[in-house]
Order: sequence, then C-alpha cells, then structure tokens
Amino acid sequence: MRQDHLITATQLSRDDIEAVLDRARRIAADPAAFADRHAETVLALCFFEPSTRTKMSFDTAAKRLGADTIDMGTVESSSVTKGESLADTVRVIEGYADAIVLRHPSEGAATLAAEFVDVPVINAGDGAGQHPSQTLLDLYTVRENHGLDGLTVGIMGDLKYGRTVHSLAAALTNFDVNQHFISPDSLRLPRSVRFDLHEAGAQLREHTDLEDVLPELDVLYVTRIQKERFPDENEYHRVAGQYRIDAGTLADAREDLIVMHPLPRVDEIAADVDTSGHARYFEQAHNGVPVRMALLDTLLEGTQ
Amino acid sequence: MSDHELRVSKIRNGTVIDHVEGGQALNVLAILGIDGSEGLGVSIGMNVPSDRLGRKDVVKVEDRELSSSEVDVLSLIAPEATINIIREFDVVEKNRVIRPTHVSGVLSCPNRNCITNAGEPVETEFAVVGNGVRCGYCSTIIRDDIAAHIDV
Ligand SMILES: [Zn+2]
Repeated sequence: MRQDHLITATQLSRDDIEAVLDRARRIAADPAAFADRHAETVLALCFFEPSTRTKMSFDTAAKRLGADTIDMGTVESSSVTKGESLADTVRVIEGYADAIVLRHPSEGAATLAAEFVDVPVINAGDGAGQHPSQTLLDLYTVRENHGLDGLTVGIMGDLKYGRTVHSLAAALTNFDVNQHFISPDSLRLPRSVRFDLHEAGAQLREHTDLEDVLPELDVLYVTRIQKERFPDENEYHRVAGQYRIDAGTLADAREDLIVMHPLPRVDEIAADVDTSGHARYFEQAHNGVPVRMALLDTLLEGTQ
Repeated sequence: MSDHELRVSKIRNGTVIDHVEGGQALNVLAILGIDGSEGLGVSIGMNVPSDRLGRKDVVKVEDRELSSSEVDVLSLIAPEATINIIREFDVVEKNRVIRPTHVSGVLSCPNRNCITNAGEPVETEFAVVGNGVRCGYCSTIIRDDIAAHIDV
C-alpha cells in the first residue's frame, strides 16, 4: 500500500486490496510465521464510541503480531469529556504509539486525525462515513468464496448511514462487479457515495424490493436498519420488516449465494439462515483477525 | 461614464468587483470577510442594469487590493464577476474570476455531524466538483445555494 493511513476505501486501488488480501491469506495459513514481526510496536486503540467487536479484533490482530496495545478506555473516563479536541488527543497519543486505530462518532474524524500526526491512522469507523478495515475483511470473505470478478452483489438495509456499506461499495468499483442496492427510499445511498460510484464508472442499480434481484445475486450483504432512523416506532417496524430475511426468503436464491453481515445482527437475519448453507457472517467476523494483521503489517512496514 | 457607474462613486485606490449576479453583493462581502469593522470604505450597487446580466451588483472596496486566491472563491456565487484593481482612479488590472479547485475556510459544512462542526482547530476545506463543492472531511456535496453555506 502506498498510503501512510487507511482513511477511506475510496483511496484503495485494486493492487492495494489484493496485496493486503494475499498477505492475509499467508497469515491465515501460517500465523506462527508472523508472531514476532512487530514485537517493539505499540498500537493505540482510540474508540470514542462504544464498540466491542472491532476493538477486540484489532487488539487480537496486534497481539498476534507480537505488538502491544494501549486503550484510552471509555469516553466517559477520558479527557474528551473535559472538552479536549480530537486534534489534541491524537497528538498526545502519537507520543505513546506507533499507529492509531480510531473510531469516532463524527464523519471526517479520521481525516482530521491524520492531518495532525505522523504515525499511521486507521479509520475504524467515522460516524456514517467509512469503515475501510471492515471492507477488507468483507472482500477477503467474498474472494475466498467466489473470487472478486464477474460477480453480482446485493447490498441491503441502511445504505444511508451504513459506513460499512459506503466503504464496501467504493472498494467493489475496483472489480468487475454489478452492484445492486436494496433499501427503503428514506435510506438510499447518500449523494456523495453515489457520486463516487458514478465517477468510478460502477454499474449500480437501486431497488426497494429484494425479490426483484435476489435470484441474480452471488452475494447478499445485509445491514441493520436502526430504530433511531425513524421518527415513529410503527413506521420503523413496518419498514424494517420488509428487509428481514429468513430461510424461506432465500428459496429463490442461487444455491451458491453467500449471505454476509458486518454483525452484530438483531433480527434482520433469522436464525434459520445460519444453517442454510448460505451464511458466511461468522466466517466473515473470524476473517477480521488475519485481515487486520495483514493491514497492520503493511502500514507498519512503511514506517520502519 | 455610463449611467450605472454614476450610481456608485468612483474610488481612488482599491478593488471594484463588477458583474456580480444581482442580489449576491452581500454574499460577496461575506466571502471576502469584510463586514465594515475593518474600517475600509465599501460601497455597493445592487440590481444595477447590465447589458450582460440584465441586473447586476457592483462592490467597491477602498484601499484594499484583493488577491486572486481571495477572489476566485467568488466564482462559486458570481461566476461572471470581473475584478478591477484601481490605483489613482485608474484600472491597472482587470481579471475574470477563475473557478478554484479548492475552497478553504469560506464555507461551513451543512452536515451537522461533520468533524469540522465539532470545534476542532481546522478550517473547512471543500473541493470544487462538477457544479458543486464537496467537504474534504465528511464528503458531503453541496450543489444548491452554495451562498447559504458561507461561514459568516
Ligand atoms: Zn463535512
């Protein structure tokens, strides 16, 4: 990877992505060979928003490379509650760590952080913006199952606020992929994401009904529609209900369709899908560790 | 001297911004960060008849020569504007505004959840894309009524 930071998936070229995924595959095949590669390294986990999974995944990845991690703890107990700016926080933490993983509730937070520090910054989610490390593990999962070219991918749920969706859609433009977006009208892809997809020459179609496109799909990527996005609880139940799947929904799907989800899920994928042969979301979550090891290894290599 | 020029007095030294789209004169001053507190002499002609625009605004700022990086931002709201630098009552330089590739610190991001609205020590930064501008932090695109997002 030529970049010093990983801020958005739009910065990733096909070569960048393939290099990280190839490295992840080598790590998955022989993790012991990578166990001491970053023994002198400290990774800072700066999570300004509660997240257990992504933080644990980065923490595990760092430790499996022999690195140490430091954690700023909960936001309530940190200097942030005393009104410290993000720019100050990361400049202080830069003195303790060789790289910073940042999760923050505001869009653009990682871009800003990267302007103030020299160590690599990895965006682990900025509001409704981007979540590019998730995208790398999503792509790894797709590639291990189907390869990354000649595919038809459906992305469903909250496309407006879903940062994993924004990053995945941008990254898929590097490959020969037809993208279908399935959501209620009120949660369509934001203008800025559609702008980037059009600029990249992506083939995309938008739908409100999954059944319009389900039989064509190789991949169905499901995301959660959150209650907070609706002014009225009845409206939420009515709309969200149309974007839930169960084993019956998938009766019309191709036999080798894979169903993915960034997790945690609530009720958008019924438990009977878990044993349907289509489910890949647990495999996807497990892939987070080798892919994040590969990402850290790549970014830290550039700093040595 | 033509009729419309008589409406706004001549200045000795400074900058005349002519051919501003009618109604945008106050936004021009906002973009330039001029609110009168600097003590500069400022005169404005609004909705002056114009051959080219039908109605135009004219802004004259005394004793200040505006640089091209300052005035190019005006192209977002006044693409037809001409910039005349005046010394001793003579026009010594006359330029059209050029569409910039970036705009720093002039606009505020309409996305309330953007990090630039969180009190951080940074100026906003917008890239000029197509017929709009795009926040360099959160990627939000503004297409309509850019003037409404001028940070005053
Ligand atoms: Zn913004």
